[in-house]
Amino acid sequence: MSAGAPRGLQPVTEATHPLSAAQEAPSPASEGAAGRHIPSGDAEAALTNGTPIETSSPASASSLLNRLQLDDDLEVDTLDLYASTETRDLFVTVDDPKKHVSTMETYITYRVSTKTTRIEFDLPEYSLRRRYQDFDWLRMKLEDSQPTHLIPPLPEKFVMKGVVDRFSEEFVETRMKALDKFLKRVADHPVLSFNPHLNAFLTAKDLNKRQGLALLTKVGESVKQAAGGYKLRARPPEYSAMGEYLDTFNQKLGTMDRIAQRILKEQTEYLVELREYGSVYAGWSGSEDSLRRPLEGVAGCVSTCCGAMEDLSESMSQDLLPVLREYVLYIESMKTVLKKRDQSQAEYEGRLEAAVIRKQEDKTPVPLEVEKCQDRVECFNADLKADWERWQSNKRQDFKQLLTGMADKNIHYYEKCQSAWESLVSRLQEDQAENTNDTDCD
Amino acid sequence: MMADSGSEEVAVLDNTDLTSTESENNAINTMVERETALLRKIDISVAESEKRTGKNTVNMHETYTVYLIETRPADAGAEGGQPVGDSPWRRYSEFELLRTFLLVTYPYVVIPPLPEKRAEFVWHKLSADNLDPDFVERRRMGLENFLMRIASHSVLSNDKIFYQFLTEEKGWRESVLETGFQDKADSRLKSLSAMFRVKNPDKCFTDLKQYSDELNNAISHLLRVRVKVADRMYGVYKVHGNYGRVFSEWSAIEKEMGDGLQSAGHHMDTHSASVDDILEEEEHYADQLKEYLFYTDALRSVCRKHELMQYELEMAVLDLANKKQQREELTTGAVRVFSLKGMSSKLFGQESPEQRESRLAALQLSIQASEEGVLEKNRECREFMRMSWEDVKRFKEQKDRELREALISYAIMQMSVCKKGIQVWSNAKECFNKM
Repeated sequence: MSAGAPRGLQPVTEATHPLSAAQEAPSPASEGAAGRHIPSGDAEAALTNGTPIETSSPASASSLLNRLQLDDDLEVDTLDLYASTETRDLFVTVDDPKKHVSTMETYITYRVSTKTTRIEFDLPEYSLRRRYQDFDWLRMKLEDSQPTHLIPPLPEKFVMKGVVDRFSEEFVETRMKALDKFLKRVADHPVLSFNPHLNAFLTAKDLNKRQGLALLTKVGESVKQAAGGYKLRARPPEYSAMGEYLDTFNQKLGTMDRIAQRILKEQTEYLVELREYGSVYAGWSGSEDSLRRPLEGVAGCVSTCCGAMEDLSESMSQDLLPVLREYVLYIESMKTVLKKRDQSQAEYEGRLEAAVIRKQEDKTPVPLEVEKCQDRVECFNADLKADWERWQSNKRQDFKQLLTGMADKNIHYYEKCQSAWESLVSRLQEDQAENTNDTDCD
Repeated sequence: MMADSGSEEVAVLDNTDLTSTESENNAINTMVERETALLRKIDISVAESEKRTGKNTVNMHETYTVYLIETRPADAGAEGGQPVGDSPWRRYSEFELLRTFLLVTYPYVVIPPLPEKRAEFVWHKLSADNLDPDFVERRRMGLENFLMRIASHSVLSNDKIFYQFLTEEKGWRESVLETGFQDKADSRLKSLSAMFRVKNPDKCFTDLKQYSDELNNAISHLLRVRVKVADRMYGVYKVHGNYGRVFSEWSAIEKEMGDGLQSAGHHMDTHSASVDDILEEEEHYADQLKEYLFYTDALRSVCRKHELMQYELEMAVLDLANKKQQREELTTGAVRVFSLKGMSSKLFGQESPEQRESRLAALQLSIQASEEGVLEKNRECREFMRMSWEDVKRFKEQKDRELREALISYAIMQMSVCKKGIQVWSNAKECFNKM
C-alpha cells in the first residue's frame, strides 16, 4: 500500500553507528548523568553530530537502538506524545505571553521554563523570557551545528502587516503553542537536547547571539563546505522513497489545508444565514398568541446552534490549520536534510573515485580523508534514519490526536444542538399536554 | 399537512397524539379536524399523476399533468371497495376553477389554498421545473390535502359542485359555469382591485387584515431565508466529502495509518451524502409553511368582502339620507341640495303642483325601497360578520394547532440531523483512534 517503505529498513544496528559501536551492554535505565561513557579514542564520534564528546549520552544511544527496531508495539500510542522509552530528564514549557512596548518597537516575549536533572545544567530549574527572534536564532544554530539531524520547524516568521494582527490574542496563542511544540521536540531529541545552544537558550540571561561556539560552527561549516561541486549518481532507493513520500504527503497536506479553509468559509456563511433565520422566528412570534412560545423556542434553539457553530469554527482554525502548516514546514526541513545527505554521499563518492584513479596511476594510497568521508556518510545515514523513524512516529501521534480532536469538536457541536432541540420538544409537548387537559376540563 | 399518499383511508385520528415522532403521522393528525357527513360516506385521495399532451386554447401543443381523483366508500376497509363515481382525471386549472367557485360562493369562509402554481422558494439543487417528478409528487400531495380540507369543512363539504368535481368525469365544467358564479366573480374581482374607503371599519376585521399581512411577511421572509440556509448547509456537508477523497489518497502512502484513514474517509463520504435526505425532509416542513402563507390570501379575501359589504351598506345609508333630504326639500320648498330638476326649474320656471306631487310620490316609493334595502344590507352584513367570524375562529384554532405541530416536528427533525452527525463523527473518531 505504501509507496515508500521507510519502516522496512533493516535495523541500523547493522550499520556502524559510532555511538552504538562504542557501547558494550547499554542499559536503558542508565541516565545521562550516570554514564559518561566516552567512546574510546574515537575522534570520529565528535564529528558525526558536531557536538563535543562530553555531551554524548549512552542512554540516548540505547534509546536510539530501541527505536530503530521495528516497533509495532501499539502501547506506544497511549504514551505521551514525546515520550521515549527512557525516563525524561529535561522538561521545557513555553507560556505566559506578554507585550513589550519600547520606543523602537513592540514585541511579544514568552516565558521559557526548564526543569532538569541533567548535570549539563547548573541549576535544576530555569525561567526566563524569550522572543521569537531568540527561537529563530536557536533554530539556525541547531541547523548549522547538527546538519545531519532533522530540526523541528518554527511557526512562520513573517506575517503580512495589515492582514494578520501580530498582537491579537488568537495569533499570539497559536504562535506560542507552536513555539512550545518546537522546544519540546528539541528537548526530547536524544541528540539535539544536548546541544549547547539549547542550553544557552534555556539558561543564559542574555543570549549573545553573535558569539558562536567556535568549535561547533567550524564543524558545521566543514559539512556545508564539503557539499559544493559534487553530483550524486545513485541514490539508495530508501532515500528516494523518503523523498517521494514527502512530496506526496506535502501535496495531501496542502489539499487538506484547502479543504479545511473551504469548510471554514462555508460554515461562516452558513452562520450568517442561520442568524437571520433565527431572528425571523423571533420576529414572527411577536404577532402570535399561542404560537409565541414555540416560535420563540425555535428562535432560541437556532441561536444556540449558531453559538455552537462559532465554537466549532474557532477550534478548527486554532487547532487544525496550524498543525497542517507546521507539518508542511517540517517536510521542508526534512527535504533539506535529505539534500544534505545526498551531497554528503556525493562528496564521498567523488573523492573516492578521484582517489581510486590516483591510486591506479601512482599507487598513492587512499587518503584518510576519504575514509572519514565514508564515516560521515554512514553516520549521516544512521542519524537520518533514526530521525525519520522518530518523525514518522511523532507524525502518526500528532495526526491521530489532531483528527480525533477534530472529530470530538464536531461531536460536541452536534451534541449541543441536539440537547437544545430536545429540551424545546419536551417543553412544547408539556405545554400541549397542559392545554389539552385544560380544554378537557371545560 | 400531507395525507399519507399510499393509504386510501384517511380516518380522523386523535388530535392529542403528542408523542408521534414521525412528521408523516403528524401530518395526518393535524390535517383532518372533524368528521363531516361527506367524510363519513367517502374516502378521497389524489392517487396518481400522469403527463398528457394536447392543444391549448390558441391551438398550440402543450404538455400538462393530470391527477386522478379517487373516491371510495368510507367503510370499505383494506381492499378499498368500488369507487364512488367516475374517478376523474383533473388538471391543475380545474382545481383552480373549483377554488374560484368556492371563493365566490362562500365569501365568508376562509377557503383552503391550492399548492403553489410554480415552484418558489427553491434551494438550488431542487428543481423549479413544473414537470419535474419531485415537484409533481409534492403537488399531488398538496392537491389531496386541498380536497381533504374542503371535505372536512362543515359548510364546504356539502357543496354539490364540489361533489361533482370529485365524482363526475364529464360535464363538471359546464355545471360550474351554469351556476353563473362568473358574474359574481367579475364583481368580486372589481371589488378586490377597487380602492374605496370604509368610514366605520370593524376593528376585528382591520386587526385580522393586519395580522394576515404580518403572517404573510413573516412566512415569506422565513421561506426565503430557509432557502439560503439550506444552500449553505449543503455546501458545508458537501465539502466534507473532499476529506473522504484526500484521506483515501493519503492512506495509500501510509503503513499503519492507512487503514484508519481509509475507513474514516468513507465516513466522511457518508456524512457528505446525508445532506440530500436531510434537505428533502425539510421540504415537507416548507410545504406546511407555504400552505399557511397562501392561507393569508384567503384571510385577506374575507376581510375584503367584509369591507365591500360594509362599504355598500354605508353607500346605501348615504343614498337613503340623500333621498330623505330631497323629500324634505320638495315638501318645504327649500333648496339645499343641488338637483338638476331644481336647477332647470329655476332656469326654466317652476313646475306645477301636479308635477311636484308625482315627483314626491315617486321619491317616497324610492325611499321605501331604499329603507328596505338598507335593512336588508344591514342584515346581510351582520350575518356575514357572524358567519365569517366563526370560520375565522375555526381557522385560527386550526392554524395554531397545526403550526405548533409543524414546529415540534421540525425540532424533532433537527434532533435526528444532530444524531446522524454524532453517529458519523463517532465512527470517524473510532477510525482515527485506530490510526
